[in-house]
Formats: sequence, structure tokens, C-alpha cells
Amino acid sequence: MYKIAVIGDYDSIYGFAAVGLDTFPVKDHTQAVKQLRQLVGENYAIIYITEALAGDLTQELDRYSSDMLPAIVPIPGVYGNTGAGMANVKRFVEQAVGSDIIFNNENQTK
Amino acid sequence: MASTQINPTRMELTRLKRKLVTARRGHKLLKDKRDELMRQFLDMVRENKALRERVEKNIADANKNFVLASASASVEVLKVALMAPKQQVSLSCSKRNVMSVEIPVFETKMKTSDANDIYSYGFAFTSSDLDDAVKSLADILPDMLLLAQKEKSCQMMAQEIEKTRRRVNALEHVMIPDLEYKIKYISMKLDENERSTQVRLMKVKDMMLKRAHNYHY
Repeated sequence: MYKIAVIGDYDSIYGFAAVGLDTFPVKDHTQAVKQLRQLVGENYAIIYITEALAGDLTQELDRYSSDMLPAIVPIPGVYGNTGAGMANVKRFVEQAVGSDIIFNNENQTK
Repeated sequence: MASTQINPTRMELTRLKRKLVTARRGHKLLKDKRDELMRQFLDMVRENKALRERVEKNIADANKNFVLASASASVEVLKVALMAPKQQVSLSCSKRNVMSVEIPVFETKMKTSDANDIYSYGFAFTSSDLDDAVKSLADILPDMLLLAQKEKSCQMMAQEIEKTRRRVNALEHVMIPDLEYKIKYISMKLDENERSTQVRLMKVKDMMLKRAHNYHY
């Protein structure tokens, strides 16, 4: 049986504890890296991470991208949202297709 | 392309021809794999995008609710209220094979079966804002799990597509033309050898006739 973790600043994630996820509040970048590495070694299948942190940890997250588990998913927090989650999806499309064909129309309108 | 030394022998020729057949078949198979992966990937990534939009919006709403809740209660009260969660999610993960890419399929089991039995606190000392906040978060949890599954699948499929495309291109633009060139080179060389043998034989025949009968053409 696997577990689900949430990493981020305390304000953004404390609610997730109520719905049964394990929350790991971190304050800064180094702490986040440490926490993430620890969680990957443990029995966590999904790790949600706030976008604000995910933006700093791109290199760290890429290391786990080819493994099936854990799935590391950026989610928006209370503050410091960078749109990293959507950018990620966009990156997949670019990687697979060669150019972005899904988000095209939106960028033109913006 | 002819940088490497080619042995113009019949054995080498058959070997290369066999290799070319294999390369062509591999190329066709990989191309099919790439096309199918791409088709499934595009479907999946569209779903992924829609799901992410919904989840992000809902999380933002839930966060608003939590901010409201924390505005009307002190930090200590909130911490105490959420200290011992009732709900516990356990996850089982199986694999699904999509064109040789193994993507995860998550299945969740909640500890409490009743969806309304998630409040880990008495209702006396907390505001209804907190109830709303917890409820809104509980509602989006299934979507969040699905998002994790979809997003991981997209990620892995994107990587596989990139790999497959490289292989297809390498076969199409390097391996196959190279083999074709080598085969052509060897068959030309062999033909040339054959012709020179023929000429030599004719010449020898001439010389022999000449010696035997003092015969001239």
C-alpha cells in the first residue's frame, strides 16, 4: 500500500491533512530537497508539491521523471503561483510532438 | 558514408541484404509504434490539460476557504482541529501497458467509507468556514489523484515518443541509406569483377585459338 504526500509552505498545505494526505511543511529550498529525497525513498506513490517550490526544484524533479513511481505533481499554493503545472504539461507536448500544438491558440489570444 | 572499409564479397552482400530487411521491418514497426503512441498521447494530454485546469481552479477556491477559516479562528484552534485526521487515504498502484510504456493506474481506498465523516473535530469551537474548506478539499481529492495518474502517464509517454522518434529517424536517415549504399557498392564491384573475368576469358580464348590454328579474326 502506498501513501500520498504533500510538500509546500505550511499555509498552502495544512488543509490536506484533513482529507488524509501526509503533509510535510517546508520553509525553504534546501529543506524541500531534503524532504523530497526522503519521501522518494519511502513508500510514497504520489507527491504533490506547491508550484512555488516546484519551480526551484526542476532539476531534482527531472531525476524522477522516467520512473513510474513516485508521480510528482505540482499544485497551486496560497501564494507564489508560477503556472509551473501548466507549463509542465506544455513541456510534455513539446517533447513528444516537437512543437506545442495544444496550447497554441491560447497563447495567441493572450 | 564510405568511410568504413567494405568487403566486396558475396557473403558480405547477403549479410547486408539481410540486415537491410531487418532494418526496414524495424523501421516500419517503430513508425507504427510512434504513430499509435502519438495518437494516445494527444488524447491523454488533452484530458490532462482539462483536468489540471479544473483542479487548479478548485484548489484555489479551497485555499480561499482556508484563508477565510483561518481569519475567524486562531492558528492554535486550527492546528488542534486538524491535528488528528480521521480520513486516511491508502493507495494501490497497478501498471497498464500502453505500447510498451508502463503507466501507473492508481486505486484509492479511504479509511472512512462515509464521505461526510471527514471532520476531525467537534463543531463547537470551529467556524463553518473550516467545514466548507475541508469539504471543498475532500471534493477535489479524486480529481487530484486522477491528475497525478494522467500527468505521470503523459510524462512517460512523451519520453517514450521522443525515444521512438529518434530511433525511427536514425533508421530512416542513417541506417537504411547507409546499407543501401553499401549493397549497391558491393553489387557494382561484383558485377565489375565478373565482367573483367569474362573479358579475360575471351582474351585467353583468342590467344589459344591463335596459337592452335594460327587463326586471325
